[in-house]
Amino acid sequence: MLPASLPPVSALSAAGLWAQGDGPFWLPPPDSTTAETVDGLMYFLLYVSLFFFALIVGLMLLFVILYRRRPGHKQRPAPKSSLALELTWTLIPLVIVVIIFYWGFTGYMEMRLPPREHYEIEVVGRQWSWLFKYGNGHIDSDLHVPVDRPVQLLMRSEDVIHSLWIPDFRVKMDLVPGRYTKTWFKATKPGMHALFCAEYCGTRHGDMTAAVIVHEPGQFEVWLEDAARAAADMTPAQRGEYLYNRLGCFGCHSLDGTARTGPSLRGIFGQTHRFTDGSEATVDENYIRQSILDPSAKVREGFRDQMNSYQGQVSDEDIAAIIALIKSLE
Amino acid sequence: MTAPTADKPGHGAYSGGDNYLSHRRGVASWLFTLDHKRIGLMYLVSIVVAVILGGLMAMVIRLQLISPGPGVLEAVARQLPGATADTAKDLYNQTFTLHGAVMIFLFVIPGIPAAFGNFVLPIMLGAKDVAFPRLNLFSLWLYWAGTIFFLVVLVTKRLDTGWTLYAPYSTETTTAVIPAAVGAFILGFSSIFTGVNFIATIHMMRPPGMTWFRMPLFLWALYATAIIQVLATPVLGITLILLAVERLLHIGIFDPALGGQPILFQHFFWFYSHPAVYIMILPAMGVMSELVSVFSRKHIFGYRFIAYSSIAIALFGFLVWGHHMFTSGQSALASMIFSALTFSVSIPSAIKVFNWLATMYRGSIWLATPMCYALFFIYLFGIGGLTGLFLGALSTDVVLHDTYFVVAHFHYTMMGGVLIAFLGALHYWWPKMTGRMYSEFWGRLAALVVFVGFNLTFFPQFIAGTRGMLRRVYTYPETYHTEQWLSSWGAFLLAVGLVTVVVYLLASLLKGRRAPANPWGGATLEWQCASPPPHDNFATQPAVGDPYDLQQVVYDPESEGYVQKT
Repeated sequence: MLPASLPPVSALSAAGLWAQGDGPFWLPPPDSTTAETVDGLMYFLLYVSLFFFALIVGLMLLFVILYRRRPGHKQRPAPKSSLALELTWTLIPLVIVVIIFYWGFTGYMEMRLPPREHYEIEVVGRQWSWLFKYGNGHIDSDLHVPVDRPVQLLMRSEDVIHSLWIPDFRVKMDLVPGRYTKTWFKATKPGMHALFCAEYCGTRHGDMTAAVIVHEPGQFEVWLEDAARAAADMTPAQRGEYLYNRLGCFGCHSLDGTARTGPSLRGIFGQTHRFTDGSEATVDENYIRQSILDPSAKVREGFRDQMNSYQGQVSDEDIAAIIALIKSLE
Repeated sequence: MTAPTADKPGHGAYSGGDNYLSHRRGVASWLFTLDHKRIGLMYLVSIVVAVILGGLMAMVIRLQLISPGPGVLEAVARQLPGATADTAKDLYNQTFTLHGAVMIFLFVIPGIPAAFGNFVLPIMLGAKDVAFPRLNLFSLWLYWAGTIFFLVVLVTKRLDTGWTLYAPYSTETTTAVIPAAVGAFILGFSSIFTGVNFIATIHMMRPPGMTWFRMPLFLWALYATAIIQVLATPVLGITLILLAVERLLHIGIFDPALGGQPILFQHFFWFYSHPAVYIMILPAMGVMSELVSVFSRKHIFGYRFIAYSSIAIALFGFLVWGHHMFTSGQSALASMIFSALTFSVSIPSAIKVFNWLATMYRGSIWLATPMCYALFFIYLFGIGGLTGLFLGALSTDVVLHDTYFVVAHFHYTMMGGVLIAFLGALHYWWPKMTGRMYSEFWGRLAALVVFVGFNLTFFPQFIAGTRGMLRRVYTYPETYHTEQWLSSWGAFLLAVGLVTVVVYLLASLLKGRRAPANPWGGATLEWQCASPPPHDNFATQPAVGDPYDLQQVVYDPESEGYVQKT
C-alpha cells in the first residue's frame, strides 16, 4: 500500500506504467470485468477478419496465377452476373455484421450502465492534469480505487475536451466542458495501471497521465482516511508541496527552475516580473493568491494565458500553504 | 492547324499533329483555358505538389517517432529563438495537424475526381467538355486560392488543433484557426463546383445510346461522389463559418464557457467529414472497376450491383457520422443507431470487392503497372475495410478509439485505397494524358516498393494501437519502439517508391515511347481518341457500345496498341 506522504505516482513517471507489457500480444492486460467482455468480441473480429482476408487475397492470388496472361492463354467465357452469387456475398456478410453489431452493442451497454451499488469518484480534467475527488474531501492526482467493487467516475472538464482512458480496464469516456459524463469499471485484481488523456487537448496532451492504484481488499478505506489526515501534521511548506502534487500543479510548473508551460516556482518570490500587457509587479503573497484564483489577470511575459482558475478548489489555508512552499524554494 | 488524322477514332498510332497540349501556347492559354483536359492536368500537378508537401510533414512525424525520447524536434526546437520546454511538442502538434489537413483537403478529397475525373469524364461521354467549362476553371482557381490560405497558415502561426478542429480547443488556441477555416471553406466550394459540373454533365451530355446502365462504372462512381460533394460540403462551410464567428465575436455556439455546445461542433463536423470519406473512396472504387475489367480482358462482373452499391454507399454514408463519437458522451441510443447504420455501409463495399474478384475469374490477367496497383488496392482496402469492423462495433471502438489502430485503419483506407487507386489511375491514363509510355520495369518495381513500404509503415501501427499506443503524442515509452521503428523505416521506403514514380514518369515525357491511342485494350470512349487527345476530343460523335465489351478491341502489333475490331 502506498503511504499518503509519498509524491503521487503520476508526478514520478506515469508513462513508465505503459511499459508494463505483461498482457497478451494484441491487447493490454485484462484487469477489469469490462475487459473480460470486450476481449471476446475483439478476438472474434480478429478471426472473422483473418478468414475474409485470406479468402479475398487467396482468390485474388489464385486467379492471378491461373489466369495470368501468357502466350496461348485466352480468357474464357464466364457469366457477366449472377443473382445467386450477389445474394450470397450480400447475405453472408450481412448475417455476420448483425452478430458483430449485437455483440458490440451489449458490451457497450454494460460499459454505460453501472450496477446500482457503486462507489463514486469525481474526476476533473484540465490542461494538463487530472484531479480525483473523494467523498471525504480528499483530492488526489492519481486514481485510487478498491478492488472488486464497481467504481463510477463522474467526470467534467474545466477547459477543452479530454478523454479518460485506462487501457487495462478497457474504459474510455470523454470529459466535456459544460456537462457531466460518466463511466464505470470493476477492477479484478490489486495493482497499478496507467491512465491517459485520449482526446487531443493541446501542447502537453501526451503528458496528461495519471496512475491508477487498485488497493487490496479493505486497504482502500485505510488509504483514504490516511490521505485525508496526512496533510494535518505537516509544516506549511510541506503541505504546500503536498498540494502541489495533489492538485496537479506539476503539470505546468516545475520546482527546479526549468520553465514548462508555466514558469517554475523556484526562486520567484520577491522577484519583479513583467507581464504580457507590459505592466510589472513583484511576486508577493497577494500576487500568488491572485495568480491561483484569477490566473488571467497577470500573465508573465513569454508564457501563454493557459491556466484555469482554482477558485472553489482551494481554501485560504491551502493558498497559504502554497505561498509557504514558494517562499521556501530559493 | 494540320493533321486531322488525330481525330480519327480507333486508329492506334500516334499522330504528330494538333493535340490539347500543343493547341495553344503560353502561360495565359493555360491559366484561362476552358479545356477540361488542361484543367485536369493542372489539377494533377497541383495535387501532386500537395502530396509532396503533406508527405514531407509525414517524414518529419516519422523521423520524430523513430525512437522514444525527445527526438529530432527537440533538437530543432533548441535552435529556435525564444524556444521553451514545450516548443518541440507544439512543433509536433502543428506538424500532424497540417499533415492531416493538407492530405485531406488538398489531396484525397479533390484527388481522383478533379484530376482524372476532369480529364476523362467528358471523353468517356464522347463530349467536347464538361457542362460548365467556366465553372470548372473557377473551381481550379478556388483550389489554388484555398491552397494559398493553407500555405499562409504554414508560414505564419500554423495550426495545432488536429485536422478535426474540435471545439472548444479550436476556439481557444492561439494558432491560425481562421485562415485555415477560410482555406477549407474555399476548397469546399471548389469541390461543390466540380460536383455540380459532373452531375450536370452526366445528366445532360450522355451521347445517344449511352443509357445510365451503359455508362462506364467510373462515371457511376463520380456521379455518386458528386451527390455527396453537393449535399454535404455546404455543412462543412457553415461549420467553418460558425467556428470563425465564434472565435471573432464570442457568440457562444460551441464554447461552453459562453453557453455553447462543443458536441454540436462534432456533429456538424462529422456530418460532412464522414461522407467526405466516401468522396475520397468512391472515385477510387470507380477506377478499380475500370482497371480490373480491362486488365483481365473480361466484362465487368455484376455491373448493376457495382453501380447500385456506389449509390448505396453515397446515401448510407450520410447516416453514419455519429460513429466517430461513441465515447463523446452522446446518448447510448444514438450510438446504437449509428453503429447499426455503419455496418450497413460495409455490405456494398464487400459487394464491390467480390465482384472485382469474379471479374478476374477466367480472365487473361495482364500484370501491367495499373493492374499491379489494382491488386494492391484489393489487398490494402481489404485490410482497411475489415479493421473498420472493429471500429464500427460499439464496445471494441471504445477500446480502440484515439489509438494508433484508428490511425492505421484510416491510412489503409485513405492511402491504401485512395493513393493506390490514384497511382493506378495515373499509370492507366498517363499515356492518354501525355502521349507517352513509361517504363513498365520501373513502374512495376516502384509499385512493389510502394506496396511493401506502405505495409511496413502502417501494419505495425495496428499492433501498437491494440497494445494501447495513443495517437497524437510526440513520444512514447520503450514498449512501442519496435512498432514505431518499423513504421518509420516503412515510411522512408514508401517515400523512395513514390519519388521513383515521379522520376520515371517525368523521364517518360522526354524519352518515353509514343503512346498508341489504346495501349491497354480498354473499350471506354477515351481510348478511341488519340493520345494525347486533340483539343476537341472527337471530330465526330463516336459510336457507343457496351463499355466492358472488351472483345470489341483487338491487339494491333503494328501500333503496339489495341484497335476497334472492324
